[in-house]
Amino acid sequence: MTGAILCTGRDIRKDFDRRSVFRGVSFTVGTGETLLITGRNGSGKSTLVRIICGVLAPTAGSVALTIGGSAAAHMHHLAGLVSPYLQMFEEFSPMENLQIAAGLRGTAFDGKRAAGLLERVGLPGRLNDPVRTFSSGMKQRVKYAFALQHEPPLLVLDEPTANLDEEGVAVAREVMADQRRRGALVVATNDPGDVATFERSVDLNAAP
Amino acid sequence: MPPPEPRAAIFLRSVRTVFLKDLRSELRTRYAVSALLMFVVTTIAIILFSLGSESASADALSGMLWVVIFFAAMSGLSRTFVMEEERGTTLTLQLTAPPAAVFFGKLLFNLALVTGINAVTVVLYALFITGFVIRTMSIFVVTVALGSIGLAAASTVIAAIIARANTKGTLYPVLSFPIMLPLLLSVIEATRKASEGAFFGEAGGEFQLLISYIVVVVVSSSMLFEYIWKD
Repeated sequence: MTGAILCTGRDIRKDFDRRSVFRGVSFTVGTGETLLITGRNGSGKSTLVRIICGVLAPTAGSVALTIGGSAAAHMHHLAGLVSPYLQMFEEFSPMENLQIAAGLRGTAFDGKRAAGLLERVGLPGRLNDPVRTFSSGMKQRVKYAFALQHEPPLLVLDEPTANLDEEGVAVAREVMADQRRRGALVVATNDPGDVATFERSVDLNAAP
Repeated sequence: MPPPEPRAAIFLRSVRTVFLKDLRSELRTRYAVSALLMFVVTTIAIILFSLGSESASADALSGMLWVVIFFAAMSGLSRTFVMEEERGTTLTLQLTAPPAAVFFGKLLFNLALVTGINAVTVVLYALFITGFVIRTMSIFVVTVALGSIGLAAASTVIAAIIARANTKGTLYPVLSFPIMLPLLLSVIEATRKASEGAFFGEAGGEFQLLISYIVVVVVSSSMLFEYIWKD
């Protein structure tokens, strides 16, 4: 996986039953850029995030990913997601969760790198405790390690600072800045303090 | 720079990880095993008390064995997908693993579970239900093996379908019964032949049907699973 990433959404519409959540949403985000998704509660931010990550099919329109100009197919190698509704395997420790994530993606597990990643997100000393014993803020930190383990060219953050304390927010900002240097970043939030700079934006309140 | 790994090796690693994750989770929580074992013990006890000193025919005893196995499977095999849904980890799996790897990993786990439970069920049934005698062991062993594979295959894909429904507990056996009917009729007939002392070749028709059933269910499930699995 080498080369610049480009994620393009074209005229996306999503209906649940007969109700249209949003329609006509288009965007592009590439390496070194941030796409900011905003909108009131229920406007479909998380729905759009799931569509971008490839786990929810749009009713109409499409999301396409290219790496170095070639179409990319296997989304689970390309995207990393942090969100309040993403859950870790709680009967396992953070280290085991990262080991499982590597195995699920079919890649080899690097224990040293995983330990370094967990330390980077601020979980030293709790690497082998079950995640179910963690606070919501600590679980959010594990999600960051889980999303970053395979160095995804596309990092998608839904409410990136949810449940985090001051130190955690600083870690999240550092992760975002780092991602902008090596790939594309998508942030869905209503908190203007979450994103320092962004090049592209989608306002779901304004979606037709 | 090392050469890229073949796709098959990457896929098999994903399958193995799904299987081992479920196995380690089950060894820590023992949720499905406990539910299944309690069900088997309770049902065999009820059959034992209701038969009393009466002797039932080979037909009836073969049928009852598979009634126990079918409902035991119904009480535990849906957990593999229902647990993911209840814990909210379905999205985690969707994000990280290809759908086919999830299906085959879960199928292997259900196969291990149903094989273990069926072995315990058969031993307890043979020990406590007097009158249940197997005269052609080869027919019986092949029947239980093929029956276990068929049960695991059908119950895995049905579990994936019902995991998101509101009435999971009720829907699972109701949806499973018509799909598993050809399997149940074949294993009951083959078990009757085993208890009557038929030659191995006499159960050939049932074995052909069971193998065909397994192939059809596994192939069609693996093709349809992506549509079931993704929203």
